[in-house]
Order: sequence, then C-alpha cells, then structure tokens
Amino acid sequence: MKNYDLVVVGGGPAGMAAAVAAFDAGVKNILIIERDTKLGGVLNQCVHNGFGLTRFKENLAGPEYAEKFSDEVEKRDIDVMLSTMVLEVGADKTVTAMNSEYGVFTLKPMAIILAMGCRERSKGALNIAGARSAGIYSAGTAQRYVNIEGYLPGKNVVILGSGDIGLIMARRMTLEGAKVHAVCEIMPFSSGLKRNIVQCLDDFGIPLYLNHTIVDIQGKERVTGVTIAEVNPVDKKPIKGTEIHFDCDTVLFSVGLIPENELTKNAGIPMSPRTKGAIVNQYRETDVEGIFACGNVLHVHDLVDFASEEAEIAGRSAYEYISGKLNKEKTVNLINGANIGYVLPQKITVPSGDVKVFFRVTNVFKNVTFKVKDGDEVVISKKKLTVAPGEMETIVLKSDLLSANKSGNITIELEAQND
Amino acid sequence: MYDILVIGGGVVGGMILRELSRFNAKICLLEKESDVAMGASRANSGISHAGFDAKEGSLKAKFNVLGASMMPKVTEELGVKYKNNGSIVVGFNDEDMETLQGLYERGLKNGVKGLKIIDQQELRTLEPNISDDAVGALFATTAGIVCPYELAIASIGNAMDNGAELKLNFEVDKIETGEYFTVTSKDGQVVKAKYIVNSAGIYSDKIAGLIGDNSFKIGARKGEYILLDKESGNFVNHTLFFCPTKKGKGILVSQTVDNNIILGPTATEQDDKDDVTTTADGLNDVIASANKLCKKVPVFNSITSFAGLRAYSDRHDFIIEKSALNDKFYNVAGIESPGLTSAPAIGDFIANEVAKDLNLNKKDNFNPTRKADYFFKNLTNEEKNAVIKKIPEYGKIVCRCESITLGEILRAIRENPKATTVDGIKRRTRAGMGRCQGGFCQPVIVSVLAKELGIPYEQVTKSGKGSEINVGRTK
Repeated sequence: MKNYDLVVVGGGPAGMAAAVAAFDAGVKNILIIERDTKLGGVLNQCVHNGFGLTRFKENLAGPEYAEKFSDEVEKRDIDVMLSTMVLEVGADKTVTAMNSEYGVFTLKPMAIILAMGCRERSKGALNIAGARSAGIYSAGTAQRYVNIEGYLPGKNVVILGSGDIGLIMARRMTLEGAKVHAVCEIMPFSSGLKRNIVQCLDDFGIPLYLNHTIVDIQGKERVTGVTIAEVNPVDKKPIKGTEIHFDCDTVLFSVGLIPENELTKNAGIPMSPRTKGAIVNQYRETDVEGIFACGNVLHVHDLVDFASEEAEIAGRSAYEYISGKLNKEKTVNLINGANIGYVLPQKITVPSGDVKVFFRVTNVFKNVTFKVKDGDEVVISKKKLTVAPGEMETIVLKSDLLSANKSGNITIELEAQND
Repeated sequence: MYDILVIGGGVVGGMILRELSRFNAKICLLEKESDVAMGASRANSGISHAGFDAKEGSLKAKFNVLGASMMPKVTEELGVKYKNNGSIVVGFNDEDMETLQGLYERGLKNGVKGLKIIDQQELRTLEPNISDDAVGALFATTAGIVCPYELAIASIGNAMDNGAELKLNFEVDKIETGEYFTVTSKDGQVVKAKYIVNSAGIYSDKIAGLIGDNSFKIGARKGEYILLDKESGNFVNHTLFFCPTKKGKGILVSQTVDNNIILGPTATEQDDKDDVTTTADGLNDVIASANKLCKKVPVFNSITSFAGLRAYSDRHDFIIEKSALNDKFYNVAGIESPGLTSAPAIGDFIANEVAKDLNLNKKDNFNPTRKADYFFKNLTNEEKNAVIKKIPEYGKIVCRCESITLGEILRAIRENPKATTVDGIKRRTRAGMGRCQGGFCQPVIVSVLAKELGIPYEQVTKSGKGSEINVGRTK
C-alpha cells in the first residue's frame, strides 16, 4: 500500500475540511479513511437547513454543506477510502484499519488527524425504568430511518431531551404526519439552539416541559405509553404527584452527544474530562506530537461551520508539523474558572499568533462579565447580555498578551447573577 | 411423528435437545416465541456456580457440581465464551464469616474443589475495589462466567446441525395423550410424538397441567440488572456475591464474558409471567447494593438496564422427573439458580434416561462442535485477512462499538438457529450491545434482515410480531 504523509480518520465535515486545508497548505500525500459508504458523515441525514450561515452566508441543507467540501476533496489529489474502519491508532503514529478489499492493514503516516465525530448518548445510559419494547430510538437513529431509509419509526411521539437533534426531529416527525405530544427536558433550560426551539417546537405548537423527565415507559412488543414527571431542580429526582401520562408508540432520546474517542483513548492520548475529547493546544495537536484532533471528536460544536473552521486549523497545523515548523518554546495553560464548563484549546504554546478560544458556560445567565486573568490579574474584561450552555462563546487572545503571560496560566471566568 | 418433543427453547431445553441429538431419533423443539433463549436464558447473571450454595443431597447440588465440571468442555465444543474467573462471597461481619464457613463445609460435602476462606488483605489484593467494610470472603476458584443466551442458541444450533428440528412461534395449547402425544399450538398447528420433555421455564406448570399433572406450581421472580460499559470492564475481576439469604444469592457484581460489568439481580416475585419491565425502585436497589459490595461503582458508565424472570417451584429444588401421570412425559421444571450451570448435566441426564426408555442408539456421525465466529475480532490480523479473502463481508464493520462485521451478521441469519429479528442478531453477534445500543447499526441491520429474509423493510421486527421497528413509509 502507498505511503501517506497524513491520514485523516473520518470523512465527515471535520475530516474533509482538515484534509483540504492540509493539502492547500502543502501536504501532498493525504488519505481520508471513512467508515460509511460515502463522505459527509452525519450531515448526509441532516436534510434540514441552517447549515453554512456563518461560513458561506448561505442557508444550506446538511447534504449540500457536505457536498461543498466533498467537491473540494475531489478537486484535489486526496485519496479517500470508504467502507473502511480504523481499528487502532498507535501513539507511534500508526493507523490500523480494515475493509473488504484489503483486509486488515497498517499505515505509518507522518501525521494523523482524528475526526471521528460523536455519537448520541443512549437511553441505556440513563437507567430509565420501564419496557424495552420496539419504538424506543435515539433521535439520530430516527432521523436516519426517516431521512435516509425513508421509513417512519412511529406515529405518536414523546421526546426526552431538548438537544438540537431532538428539536429537529420533533419538527421532522410532525412534517411526516406524526403527532409529537411533548418534548421533556430535565434541565431548567434547553441545550438546543434558540432558533431551533422557535422553528421546531413553537411554530408547531409542540409543548416543551422543562424540569421534566420520563419516569416509566409502557408496552410489551411496542411502546404504548410513557409517564413523565417534574423533577426537583436540585437533585433531579422526580416529584411524586406531578406525573403526566401520554399514550404513544414512540419515544425518542436526545440526551446529549459524546465525542467518539475510543481510538484516542486506546492510543493513550491524554483526555479532558470536561470536553470528553483530547487535550489540545491551539494547533489542535494532542499531547502526542503529530496527532491532531478536530470537529466533534474534540468537543461537541453547536454549528458545523465552527467544526469546519477548527478542522482547517488542524489541517494547516499538520502541514506545519510535517515540515518541522511548529515552534513551541513555552506553554500557557488555559483554565476554566467560575461558571465556565470548559475552554478549548486547553493549552497554548508560545510564540503564537492571535488565538481564538472557545468556551461554554455552565448555566443560563444574564448581564454577565467575562474575565480573562493572568494569574490574579484581569487582562481582558468583556460584557454580554445573556449566555446559555447551548451556545458556544469565543474570545480572542492577542499574540502579545500571550507572550506577556507571567503566571503560565490563563483563567477564563464569568461573573453574573444566576438567571 | 417425532420420537421426542422438547417444549421450551431456553438453555435447559437447548442442552437437552443437543444431548438427544447424539441419538438416532426424530426430535423437535417447540418454542412459543419468535426466537430461542427468550425467557430466563435471555436475562440472567451468566454465572457458572461452583456448587457450595445448594443443600447437600439436593438435585441442585448434584447437577450444579456436575454441570460446572462439564462447562469448560461444552462451551469449547459449542464455541461459546466461558471464563473461569472464580467467585467470591464477601463477608461483612462475624456472622457472615460463620455463614461462609458453613458454605465452605457444604461445598466440601458437595464435592466442590478449590474452595478457600480468605482474609481481608487477600480479598483486597484480589479485588482492589471491594468495600472497605468487607472483612473476609469465601473464594471459589472453579466458578466461572458464561453467556446464557449464547449457550442456549449454540446448543440448539448444534442439535439442529445434527438433525434436530425447531418450531418457533409454536405456543403449545393442547396435549392429547394416548398411544402417542398429539400437541396442538394456539394457532392450530399439530405435531405428534412418542415422548415429551417439558422444559418450559416459568410456564412448565402450565404445560404439565395440559396432561392433568398439577403436582407443582412455578412462580416468576423478576431480576433487574444494570450493565456497565467495557471501559469499566476491569472494575472487578471475579464474581462478587453477598452472603446468601433465604431470598437467594442477592445482588452480585461481576465481570461478564464480554468484558462488561453486570450489577444485579433484584428478586421480586410477581404474578405476571410476561412483565419484564424495569422499575425505578429495582434499579435504585441494584445501585445501592452494588455500592455496598464495592467502592464507587462506576454507574455513570451504564449502557443498559434490563429485567428477566426466573422460574422457581414450590418444592424449592429442581424438578427433574417423569410425570406421575404419564411415564413418557418428563418434567424438567423449577430450574432456578444454579440452572444455567446445571444445564449441561441436566441435558446429559435426561437424554440418557429417554434414550434408555426408547431404546435409542447413538449416531455414528454426531458432530459435537459448532464453530462460532463470535471470536472474529479476537483473531490475529493474518487470520482475519484469510477470512476476509474468502468472505469479503467480514471486512465490513457494521456495529462499531463491538466491532461486529457484516459477515457475522449474515452468518447469524443463515446459520442454525436462524436469526429473524434485530434482537436475534444482537444475541448471536453482539451487534447493538455496545455503548451506543444499536443507535448506528440498527438501520443497517434492519436492511440486511429485510434483504436476507425477503420481506419489506417495515416488516422487520425487534423481537417478533407486533414489534415492527418502523410503522410505514415516509410521505
């Protein structure tokens, strides 16, 4: 088999953008390995629009957004291997994969970009009591049945979790003639984008039950009903007497996305418990030199536009690494302070250019001040009216501010009154 | 006309069928569900018990010790995963340690080898995550873990490869006695046989009742479980029990053969013999008990929870005997724990008894082995490549969490006993049993099933009629 300089694991939006950026930067021998039968990843089943608004100033459907990038891949001399599963990534920069044509084979590129994406948290992770009959799906599985296979998994639906896929599927199932009785959310706020709450629930009169969860699922062969109940906002335990029953044949779960990092963990790459992805520097390079990560395998993005942007950083950095230009003299650690869930990257190597830092807040807040600190000293202060965990925040750290860092740490924190 | 009918396709019926298939006889298994291994064999702890629990002289003691000794060879022949991991009964106070001493002595009387009482220090070395309150334990080195549904499926498959027949969706409704038995199903199918073995699990009292034998009653005891991701697969190494009480062995924490961790079961007696739902109280009980046995059980890593029903009889021992009303009708009932462990020995015993009665000869060409490719992912790369070269479908991974290939899924559909449902494929291959619980692979498996079975996509079921996964086409 051919020797590659760069292997990209995953041909979704992140993998494609990374490969294209690496090629344009100067890497000439690139292979994308994709487990599915075509490039595009989960975008292929996201037939709704709303993609590309930031990047292309166009309102695209998922497959259209994917096609923009697969066209770019095709235009370049980038090899693509489809229906191929990567079984193992080694810290010595080996990639072992398998497909029907070549069997099991191992590659030893100079750099690797991990772009495996994420998967949905399943119902099983929640230990919800009741039946395990047909009619229980994760929202993404239902989306695949409807949009790819062309079949309707049910007609009377209750959805647990108000993440974006749950919201999108509430609308999609309604458009297909199903009745969506309720969307329940255990938190006091939705983790989905505001525009999706409006366009997918409000516009169709679908009720959103905040602080509610499913306490029982009934049915033998097929689901016949669910019972939901209000939860105590502190301990999240159901409150007796608040139960509401719905007759339904389908329950969808949209209860979070988990970066799919089995390969990363098995390679021994240090992980962040907060993002559930690898710890990276501003180049999206993991703690193993020459192995990069980007897209939803690194942290779950709100918009694919941001995943593409991040992937391009990884792609260009892979070129810099291969050509020996990644200069790292000093490391500054980025720390999530008060009311901040995570920051990414978790470290910045200096010298650097300006670095755009991504972070999430832990709760819904109003009238907030973000503070960036070098040790105890506040170096940036920025006000904002409202923030929510569902919307990613960014802040740019200027090159000179980074070089001037004294404490070795930069902390980002939020001052606010709880909403 | 069959020589022998076995009613009930669980692990006990399966092992009986397999042992019967050694003989020249026309045999058939009747199963009311859409697949085999749908009752207690579908959802239990999967433990091959050492044999110190059962009272000396009981059938449980006899078949347990015998079955445990047969398990390594049987599982090897049938290509079923088995691991001799050893079990540990944990003591928390002096009273417990006395109980353990009693179990130790009973074990010796039952003929169990490899038993020893260990102190706190040794216990902590063996199981670093054991509760700080544990003071000592009984260590049984011969105990093991085995996959219960896999053993049932493989034994039935092996019997079928040796000529046995299987009738699924055959719910026995009527048995007429006479010179021979005439058995009618709920939907009107009729089969005749000279001999019947009743191994119908929680319904075995009902089946015996069809010939007027009401000599025993079978109750259903629900057991709820939580399964943890293989990422936590080494949380414990052995099977950990509390000291047994009157209600049974209690909640255990154990590794499974597939390197998950299993927590459970609860033990709730119930009248409804079909209700396998989990309950909030039951799952909370599992978590609380597991956390008494071990420190900081990683429940956050749970991938599923489920419940199964175990049969128990009003005689508190196995019922393995000819019906008093008909000497051609064998009852094998009330096979509660240690039923899985005992199954190979029960199968062997029943087959030989029936063969004697019917004067059967052994086949010359009985093939005891069933080559499973459940182990594909454990092959070396060279071995994998050899398989892929011959059958390219083995190069295509369908279930990414458990690394299950299209080749394995096709084989599950084509090989005895043939999978016809999504759950049937899951039990045979593990596709859909990983951390995403089928989220990614289920739509693919549905399309493979539709194609292989030659049925429309929307008619593919999770687990038999009424459990169709899709309700129709989109607009």
